[in-house]
Amino acid sequence: MVNTKVNLSGITLSNPIIPASGTFGYGAEFAELYDLNILGSISFKGTTIEERFGNSTPRIAECESGMLNSVGLQNPGLKAVCGHELPRLAELYRKPVIANISGFTVEEYVVCAWAMESQDNVGIIEVNVSCPNVHGGGMSFGVSPEAAAEVTKAVKAVTSKPVFIKLSPNVTDIVSIALACEEAGADGLSLINTLLAMRIDLKTRKPVLANKMGGLSGPAIFPVALRMVYQVFEAVKIPIIGMGGVSNAEDVVEMMLAGATAVQIGAANLKNPFACKEIVEDLPRIMEKYEIKSLREIIGGAH
Amino acid sequence: MKKGNFKLEGNEKLTNDIYAMVLSGDTGAITAPGQFVNIELEGLYLRRPISVCDLEGERLTLIYKIVGKGTEHMSRMAAGESLDLLTGLGNGYNTAKSGKEPLLIGGGVGVPPLYLLAKRLISEGKRPKVILGFNTSSEVFFEEEFRKLGAQILVTTVDGTHGLKGFVTEAVNSCGEYSYTFSCGPERMLKAVYDKTETDGQYSFEERMGCGFGACMGCSCKTKYGYKRICRDGPVMEKGEIVW
Repeated sequence: MVNTKVNLSGITLSNPIIPASGTFGYGAEFAELYDLNILGSISFKGTTIEERFGNSTPRIAECESGMLNSVGLQNPGLKAVCGHELPRLAELYRKPVIANISGFTVEEYVVCAWAMESQDNVGIIEVNVSCPNVHGGGMSFGVSPEAAAEVTKAVKAVTSKPVFIKLSPNVTDIVSIALACEEAGADGLSLINTLLAMRIDLKTRKPVLANKMGGLSGPAIFPVALRMVYQVFEAVKIPIIGMGGVSNAEDVVEMMLAGATAVQIGAANLKNPFACKEIVEDLPRIMEKYEIKSLREIIGGAH
Repeated sequence: MKKGNFKLEGNEKLTNDIYAMVLSGDTGAITAPGQFVNIELEGLYLRRPISVCDLEGERLTLIYKIVGKGTEHMSRMAAGESLDLLTGLGNGYNTAKSGKEPLLIGGGVGVPPLYLLAKRLISEGKRPKVILGFNTSSEVFFEEEFRKLGAQILVTTVDGTHGLKGFVTEAVNSCGEYSYTFSCGPERMLKAVYDKTETDGQYSFEERMGCGFGACMGCSCKTKYGYKRICRDGPVMEKGEIVW
């Protein structure tokens, strides 16, 4: 028997597989297909204080091995998430979940984190300082070490739950931002968010996305994500949740060898709603194939 | 929603760029006309959403127009090949509100879902009146199929090369009394139908989709009763909730 358990800031996950924020809603659509309790955790749709519609459509484009989205943090707002979505999610999923929060000012992050502090089923708070789809929004915090540190400190001050900062790959030096977050008290890091990208429609000669640019995800970004997880692992001591184009159990092992303690699955859920289930089920086979007895032992093994 | 393998039974060219694909597999998740399937295609990351045109037991008919890489790929597929489908997506049309003589108005590739709808309405003892609109005679398809169902049918072409000359809305006056309106087609046509018809009705919308089952929020729209996902809460909207 192989051991798929990992420990994320004191929380034991039965396996490292976590659906990524924004690709899994609040789980309801997937709970119709399989028992969510097989998952290590769930990072639910990014939450802001106020309800947001997001950007105009089209919000989706495609490329050879991935997709672009410019959803723009559509969500029902903090009150509806805490009052309606989280209790419903608690019925579908018994383990601690990851609360992904966003804001446009430091205060907004603080309000969201404070509200999540009192939610029993929230195990970790994941602070999104890296959404590429909101102008003057979260991204501006994620592109400067000082701003990322400021948000980290402010959020840490109002919660006792582990705080993970979700980093943007759209920066010149992700390591310096990772280090700033660690120094400011972050308990862990999630990386990477989507890569800023674009497609142009040859018929209209205009960008496909109404927002012109959007975030690229899917297998196309996996090697970039892997490289960044590897670099950040070298620099920090706090745990990393690795994500970006992870599509199968081999990718999970690769991401963990680069330095991830747990792994989020994003775009793959949209292409195949059973992706996470299939990866969870396939993981023991892949571990046996590569003679891995315990996943914990391979974290950062490539260094 | 179900995910499953379907076997391609046939792939027939109906007009210059419109094809009819017949597939067989587990159709159990498809519960209403106006629902769609999302098809995985080799070499393309996202699935392609196509509305259900007809359903007979395990046999599923999809009619699609070549508009890009995905549909072009589909047109080159041959009988015997297999496809991975998500089925039973979207809300579909609710026939309970139709009254005795509903009016069905379809334009171009908006025509196919109205076929299963007409069939369903007739099986419920209703007498649908159907208006199908096309640009020109060479683009007309499924006129005979609707007639064989026993529906009263009017075809319009913009250039007058077949049926009545003009847009679908110009044929509405020729239809006499009708109890309800069902429509599917380009958004400009839907708006014209919405303005022209006086009854309540249901309108089917399209949008570029990510997942097709409500997870990614890629195809959201605003309605009078809040934000809805076209793939999950739609694609069919009630007249009373639509915001243009």
